[in-house]
Amino acid sequence: MYTSAVFLPLLGSLIAGFLAFLAPEDKDRKARIDRAAQLVTCTGLILAAVASLFVFNAVVIGGNPVTIELFTWINSGGLEISWALKIDTLSAVMLSTVTVVSSVIHVYAIGYMHHDPSIPRFMSYLSLFTFFMLMLVTADNLVQLYFGWEGVGLVSYLLIGFWYDKPSACAAAIKAFVVNRVGDFGFALGIFATFVLFQSVNLDTIFATGGSKAGATLSVFGGEFHALTVICLLLFMGAMGKSAQIGLHTWLPDAMEGPTPVSALIHAATMVTAGVFMVARLSPLFEYSDTALTVVTLVGGTTAIFAATIGCVQNDIKRVIAYSTCSQLGYMFFACGVSAYSAGIFHLMTHAFFKALLFLGAGCVIHAMSDEQDMRNMGGIWKKIPVTYALMWIGSLALAGVPPFAGYFSKDIVLEAAYAAHTGIGAYAFWMGITAAFLTAFYSWRLLFMAFHGEPRADERVMARVHESPKVMLLPLMVLAAGAIFAGYAGYASFVGEHASEFWGDSILILPAHTALEAAHHVPAWVKYLPLAVGAAGIALAVVLYLVAPGLPAAIAGRFQAIYQFLVHKWYFDELYDFLFVRTAFWLGRGFWKTGDGALIDGCGPDGIAAATRDLARRMGRLQSGYVYHYAFAMLIGVVTLITWYLLKQT
Amino acid sequence: MSHFPILSLITFLPLVGAGFILTIRGDAEVVGRNARNVALWTSLITFFLSLYIWFNFNSGTAAFQFEERAAWMPAFKISYHMGIDGISMLFVMLTTLLTPICVLASWENVRDRHREYMISFLVLETMMIGMFCALDLFLFYIFFEGVLIPMFLIIGVWGGPRRVYASFKFFLFTLLGSVLMLLAMLTMYYTAGTADIPALMAFSFPAAMQTWLWLAFFASFAVKVPMWPVHTWLPDAHVEAPTAGSVILAAVLLKFGGYGFLRFSLPMFPDATVEFTPLIYTLSIIAVIYTSLVALAQEDMKKLIAYSSVAHMGFVTIGTFTLTIHGVEGAIYTMLSHGVVSAALFLIVGVVYDRMHSRDISTYGGLVHRMPAYALIFMLFMLASVGLPGTGGFVGEFLVLLGAFQADTWVAALAATGVILGAVYMLYLYRRVIFGKLVKEDLQRIMDLSRREVAVFAPLVILVLWMGIYPVTFLDIMHVSVNNLIQPFEAARAAAEGAAVIAGH
Repeated sequence: MYTSAVFLPLLGSLIAGFLAFLAPEDKDRKARIDRAAQLVTCTGLILAAVASLFVFNAVVIGGNPVTIELFTWINSGGLEISWALKIDTLSAVMLSTVTVVSSVIHVYAIGYMHHDPSIPRFMSYLSLFTFFMLMLVTADNLVQLYFGWEGVGLVSYLLIGFWYDKPSACAAAIKAFVVNRVGDFGFALGIFATFVLFQSVNLDTIFATGGSKAGATLSVFGGEFHALTVICLLLFMGAMGKSAQIGLHTWLPDAMEGPTPVSALIHAATMVTAGVFMVARLSPLFEYSDTALTVVTLVGGTTAIFAATIGCVQNDIKRVIAYSTCSQLGYMFFACGVSAYSAGIFHLMTHAFFKALLFLGAGCVIHAMSDEQDMRNMGGIWKKIPVTYALMWIGSLALAGVPPFAGYFSKDIVLEAAYAAHTGIGAYAFWMGITAAFLTAFYSWRLLFMAFHGEPRADERVMARVHESPKVMLLPLMVLAAGAIFAGYAGYASFVGEHASEFWGDSILILPAHTALEAAHHVPAWVKYLPLAVGAAGIALAVVLYLVAPGLPAAIAGRFQAIYQFLVHKWYFDELYDFLFVRTAFWLGRGFWKTGDGALIDGCGPDGIAAATRDLARRMGRLQSGYVYHYAFAMLIGVVTLITWYLLKQT
Repeated sequence: MSHFPILSLITFLPLVGAGFILTIRGDAEVVGRNARNVALWTSLITFFLSLYIWFNFNSGTAAFQFEERAAWMPAFKISYHMGIDGISMLFVMLTTLLTPICVLASWENVRDRHREYMISFLVLETMMIGMFCALDLFLFYIFFEGVLIPMFLIIGVWGGPRRVYASFKFFLFTLLGSVLMLLAMLTMYYTAGTADIPALMAFSFPAAMQTWLWLAFFASFAVKVPMWPVHTWLPDAHVEAPTAGSVILAAVLLKFGGYGFLRFSLPMFPDATVEFTPLIYTLSIIAVIYTSLVALAQEDMKKLIAYSSVAHMGFVTIGTFTLTIHGVEGAIYTMLSHGVVSAALFLIVGVVYDRMHSRDISTYGGLVHRMPAYALIFMLFMLASVGLPGTGGFVGEFLVLLGAFQADTWVAALAATGVILGAVYMLYLYRRVIFGKLVKEDLQRIMDLSRREVAVFAPLVILVLWMGIYPVTFLDIMHVSVNNLIQPFEAARAAAEGAAVIAGH
């Protein structure tokens, strides 16, 4: 049961991957193979989802966390790493969320990728992605976590670059992998530091001894630092890469080059939330380092506002949602940063549903608009695709945190916890979160109005073909919509409410000194209602700008050209990195190659010596002139030298 | 000598095969066919015989096993002494595995002088196996240098347009280092009065002498590894060598240096080793970062992979000189996995070179459309080269960096940037060759892997996954020997720490 939940997707992926190589010319046979690949992967995923619900029942409801050792992976001088599945409440929650959302996306992909020539390959990637994600969430040691971590990175590379004919897709794929690698660089160093401190990388061992190392120091990079702070900050660098936090976020919007189900899978339930999961998983370490928690809060709060500002000016429908994801991840991080890990995971879970819903809904819109993604070329289609429209409304309501939708419960508890932390950094996160909530509501309704309302801006040919998506795409959306409506209400009591402590068991550690989550239930009334109020204000602003006075946004953009350009260029991160790293690396590489290897090493080394030897030989050759008097003269010099030397030696 | 002389058998069997090929007469085609078959069968039988070692090896002891000793020049106390331990055993297996693969890979693309080509390869195999098994200084030196001759011929005769330049560069670079090593060996022989390697390991050389001996050996091994800045022979040699030559060069010959450090420098000159550690770190880190950046700028596929080899070897030298169990095991593991991965990558370049006769990256693009199986295999080995967990490349790199972090955090951090850069140049290469639209006219009819090529890659694919998912098989073999090797250093470190504590009180 436990192993099948994790390994069924792998099996499905391998079979579909094998089918991808058959690729017969014959159309009927190809259709049959496509069908088989879809069947195998979807069945695998649905079975895995069912299995993980059983696991959830056994582990969470039954209160029976387990660790299953598969076999030894690496052993070397005191380092013992096994392939193992550690299943407690935290991983069971992740397991269920991932498999459920992923199976829904699998089914949706059948419809969405209908016309694509490489269906088996796509399905194989999706399942493989899910497998790595499951390995990640069930890891019982840091290295297996790293395995899943890099694994999802790999498959996201493959998925983003799925349409490999497009140069932009290839570039985005490489960018995603490399930026994640930069984060993983910190992650890897964090693992090494953990090993140096604990002589182990197994989570159970680390957690058991974490408290006793609270005062330990570690000498790294020429100084003595608080050991757990060093470890947590290094590991958090990995989380920043994977969860696209400010600085390492640049890959995420570009990742929209992949097909829509990919965006949903990467952004909703899986890859980008891995960072949040990691921080929650390692709460027994983070709890002992206030510095690390402060950094987490700072990064989370900043990302929340930063990404929201950019989301307000994007015109690509998927990019708006991508920046929204980035921003929501910021919320999850600052929740963790104020020790409200369970609130972060709660928001992660509800977000998985409504964000997947929004992405897949956007996919339906794109599908309906004949692959148009630019919202400036949409509009006036809400009557033609009412179901999609309604579903997008549900998603947006949940995202904006309007009661009783899921986002209301989770986002509010996150904000309340930040307020209730009563620290400077908590207040910073709270106000950033409130501002971001305003912007969130604004860009969500901006999206709705631009995509669905107003005058149709697409040409007639496209408008004539606008159609509702097939059932195989709509039904999965309904499942997600159900989640977006009910998940918050249903989960509140267990995740963050009165049953929280027995729900989570030992899977999350919060020190008694950190009371934000408990205090969050007793904040002043204005804190509770402020998110709602700013949300309403955001919606109202969107109504004014995009329904009532559609000419206004352009006028504002024209008036505040500098700010607008700054936002449209995404705070110039890409340009900066391109200048600092990409160009420099190529310039250095070429310089080292031509000047370093060519001119210096070879020029002074082998080639230089060879040339010198040849030169010397030529000069020596010239001495052999063939004239007797030349030789006689040389002999004379020789004799004189010898005699002189002899005489000098005598005296 | 009670047991079966397996080491001599696998060492000299290829030579016997080479002798057989010499006797083949007839017209060119018959000679070619027979020479190939004899070479393939000889190397296959050698491989199967070497499995005897695999199954009978006792990984519970650090002592040399399957030892053979025969008086050779008794007057000079020089003997024919062979034996392997947990460090050399896996390299012997790597060599016997790769030789038949190389023979198979050269099946069709060698145009002339088949007989001489196959003879060179079999002689090369003898020299390589002998090098890893030799336990006498002079025997070692003969094999170590003997390797140069067949390799020189393979590059110089069957190589590309600049083959003469490349083969001379290769030969002179390596020879220059080795001459110094020979002097050092003579000094050791006269000082210790023996040429027996196990005896020399037990002998302790005076500290001042160690420095010079270490430097002399370093001159030779650094060229072989190759370390920056004596690496420039490698890209040229690789580019000009025929595919199979590149494979052996990258997979086995580069390991001579790393193996030499482990067999000579560490156990015989421990004081000098500790003393020179900063030098090694510096050169290795430069190698990792510098050559990774250079690899990024390459336009020739083989050159790119050659530079990436230098970067990977930088990890090996770092790991070796961390003098920790993790570092050394990681270094050995990196050498083994690099042996498999770089071999596969050169074979991968060879596949398209055989079809298009170009190594320029710009010749290709969009190959995935016509060659999906090729794209998959390329992907797998690219990822292994990048060190993705689950492939062989990860385990070694991880252990090396873990060891380095314990020795010096800066070294670990700087070396780890190589992991990022490695991803950059490999993904960039892959994208330019495999992805994109298939627009180039002459690529429209390019064929996917043939059955023979699949047979060439299959064992490597299995191996690279095995090494990534269940590395315990290989790590268990080396544990005891590495422990034994590292013991004195750990003891010295513990003593130093103890002294520091006492001094502190």
